[in-house]
Amino acid sequence: MTGVVDPFVLNLTVFVLAIVIGYHVVWNVTPALHTPLMAVTNAISGIIIVGAMLAAGPEQLDLGTVIGLVAVALAAVNVFGGFLVTQRMLSMFKKKGK
Amino acid sequence: MSANSVALAYLAAAVLFIFALKGLSSPVSARRGNMFGMIGMAIAVLTTLTVTHNWLYIVLAIAAGGAVGAVVARRIQMTAMPELVAAMHSLVGLAAVLIAMAAFNNPVAYGIALAGEALHSSNRIELFIGTFVGAITFTGSIIAFGKLSGKLGSKPLRFKGQHWFNLLLGVAMIAFGIAFFMTPAWTPFLIMTAIAMLLGILLIMPIGGADMPVVVSMLNSYSGWAAAGIGFTLNNNMLIIAGSLVGSSGAILSYIMGRAMNRSFFNVILGGFGGEALAASDDGGVQKTYRSGSADDAAFLMGNADSVIIVPGYGLAVARAQHAINEMSKVLTEKGVKVRYAIHPVAGRMPGHMNVLLAEAEVPYEQVVEMDEINNEFADTDVVLVIGANDVVNPAAKNDKASPIYGMPILDVYKARTVLVVKRSMATGYAGLDNDLFYMDKTMMVFGDAKKVVEDVIKSLS
Repeated sequence: MTGVVDPFVLNLTVFVLAIVIGYHVVWNVTPALHTPLMAVTNAISGIIIVGAMLAAGPEQLDLGTVIGLVAVALAAVNVFGGFLVTQRMLSMFKKKGK
Repeated sequence: MSANSVALAYLAAAVLFIFALKGLSSPVSARRGNMFGMIGMAIAVLTTLTVTHNWLYIVLAIAAGGAVGAVVARRIQMTAMPELVAAMHSLVGLAAVLIAMAAFNNPVAYGIALAGEALHSSNRIELFIGTFVGAITFTGSIIAFGKLSGKLGSKPLRFKGQHWFNLLLGVAMIAFGIAFFMTPAWTPFLIMTAIAMLLGILLIMPIGGADMPVVVSMLNSYSGWAAAGIGFTLNNNMLIIAGSLVGSSGAILSYIMGRAMNRSFFNVILGGFGGEALAASDDGGVQKTYRSGSADDAAFLMGNADSVIIVPGYGLAVARAQHAINEMSKVLTEKGVKVRYAIHPVAGRMPGHMNVLLAEAEVPYEQVVEMDEINNEFADTDVVLVIGANDVVNPAAKNDKASPIYGMPILDVYKARTVLVVKRSMATGYAGLDNDLFYMDKTMMVFGDAKKVVEDVIKSLS
């Protein structure tokens, strides 16, 4: 076997492994916390902010960077909104006598 | 930062995200898990900031979006969580489309094309996939948001030949995708994006309000795949890992919801009930008799019981009776009655929704038990109080093969010694079915507004 592995294959490796991990971790989430799970995954899918920042990142400002900045703002809504609303919900789950 | 350091920082963030999800296995560890998630996100964002220019603009954009997110997170009503989640999915979808456009506008900046050359052919496919998943997520979630918030009406909207039309659109979208692959130009790219957006609308419009828990979970999954798709385009492992975690999470939730509602994924997508009222096992108009009683009767029965299980449905939240029901359980507990809540997976309007609504009303979470754990205990329970729930306690799902909900998992309330049902009238539930539970000898109907009835019970108890 010779040659360099195509980036696509590396990406696919990471992709498949992440799905396997996600599958196992999420089945362990207690059904009582499925709504916070959706809220926190909303925040995590806000990771697209990284892509948006890269799009807004090139030194020269043009159409692409402006579009990127809009995407940064949209994704930031998810990141902040998602984590904070999750925190708010989780703080409601209390034990007896509190 | 060097590319290697960036990749290592992303790895740390990815591991923290996995811990964030893992924390949700119990309410005790969940808050720490959420903290891990925030730290992971901070690492990812700060790391990315070191490799971008225009950081002032970027920070301003983050601050603007972040402020909106923070205000919404603080103000949102817990009953409105499904809408909020749907709205957030649409933002991810739109961001994915925008990033794809920016990447196509200047592929050299992302290292996915050589200077002066067109986009690499393999990246064209990835760009196409990331864009159309993002576009469908975007418009589909807007429609879901409209339906959930009542702005659009929850009635399914269908027209003749819809499935064929969608199929045609799907084929056309792929055709323009192929055209884009042959010659990467704006025209096929934009047409393909527009078709995908239209598809997102048409796919969600025909789905009825009752199926929304499945739809929201599904769009949750799509938003993750959209992020992962963009990760493929930009060769960015951070996006691929986080996107896949979200994608698989949403897929699992869709599966759980579908199973709890007795609907397959395709069944929901292709449109089923929610619209047509099915009258499968009609008894030919025989007048069935039921017993009804007052709040005082209910208070007497529960006050003298050893154990009470409360079965809340979304009707409880509609009547804003969560706090009252918690007060009632406190009074009963003081009298030495063992009180628990039984939660059906589709008790609320999204997965786990009822648990959050009860938690908000300060019901201790140890009292709240999931269907699979509590179903064996109904037979040993003195009194079950069904409040605002209907289809999820309908025994027809077990013993009437002709019923459209046959096979759907239900709470085995009919096994309890006495059943109390608080309801406004004898009207049917979402599925439009009559419920034999209401006509059983051991069942007593208590008619009235859920909150009023519960308050009367409390008065009568004390």
